[in-house]
Amino acid sequence: MMKGMTAEQKAELARKFTEAIPHCKALGMVLEKLEDGEAIMSMPYDEKLIGDPRTGVIHGGAVSALLDTCCGSAVMSHPKAPAITATIDLRIDYMRPATPGQRITAKATCYHVTRSVAFVSAVALDEDEDRPVATASGAFTADGDPKRRSTEISNDITDDVSEGGAV
Amino acid sequence: MSLPPNHKRPEPVEVVKQRRDAALSGLVDGVPYVQFLGISVERHGDELTAILPFDEKLIGNPMLPAIHGGVTAAFLETAAVIQLSWSTLWEDMESGVLDPSTLGPDNMPYLPKTIDFSIDYLRSGLPRDAYARARVVRQGRRYASVHVEAWQDRREKLYAQATGHFLMPGS
Repeated sequence: MMKGMTAEQKAELARKFTEAIPHCKALGMVLEKLEDGEAIMSMPYDEKLIGDPRTGVIHGGAVSALLDTCCGSAVMSHPKAPAITATIDLRIDYMRPATPGQRITAKATCYHVTRSVAFVSAVALDEDEDRPVATASGAFTADGDPKRRSTEISNDITDDVSEGGAV
Repeated sequence: MSLPPNHKRPEPVEVVKQRRDAALSGLVDGVPYVQFLGISVERHGDELTAILPFDEKLIGNPMLPAIHGGVTAAFLETAAVIQLSWSTLWEDMESGVLDPSTLGPDNMPYLPKTIDFSIDYLRSGLPRDAYARARVVRQGRRYASVHVEAWQDRREKLYAQATGHFLMPGS
């Protein structure tokens, strides 16, 4: 996806990518690497992400958000996958609490892509890189048929978007 | 009509409600990340419903637009942890062992720790409010298994579901 680009162009694209996603921006996520099915993203420690006020440890949900984004990015950067994807399922295992005050970094690898599914695994680390904070494994949609436009795929995902109801 | 000599009058409804709402508030209002996402919890008797009001900062796909999958994961996990803590607190609270007025942001009950959490994304999260209800499937002394369902417009059309395993506090 990012082959043939200069380092500056890559950094610029990566910055735009995360800034375009409101939730990633809200969490201060930074895309550090994106190439051939591999993605590295990080997120600074922030008091608003605290899940346990006693210890200051950030909430598992914030780690999940980083892992999910990183996995999705890895899929989109895979040469055989389309530019749009959605999570089918994601399992997260929490090994230990992240150390308060430290940056969290996620590394995701999209290791297999079929005509319709991309398989991804990821790990979340703090500054002690020898002891993972969490791992994730997931399946993502990968509808690579070039004849189908991305909007059609979106419509599949949101098949009931037009149904009204209580808000 | 005569009452048996040891008959105790039921507690006034305000006292019961205040106690239960104070205990619930202790679980929800003291967690910064839960506040950041804007999650609130409604209570009917002992039944809880977690509510995630839609907000721009929850968007993960600006083109659709759709709620970020990570937000959905966090919402379901939060609903599961609150339900599990609530189920454990209930007995102590109702029997008077625990005084809910002592709970609050500065004195949170010890929360269960997530061991693993597995989410099925069934539909794209629309730019609307989302609701979740969790059920404690099994709770032992050390481990618990909790299932969560989340929906938006229609209760029977789930947009996500999840199962998580938790380590109970003090184990």
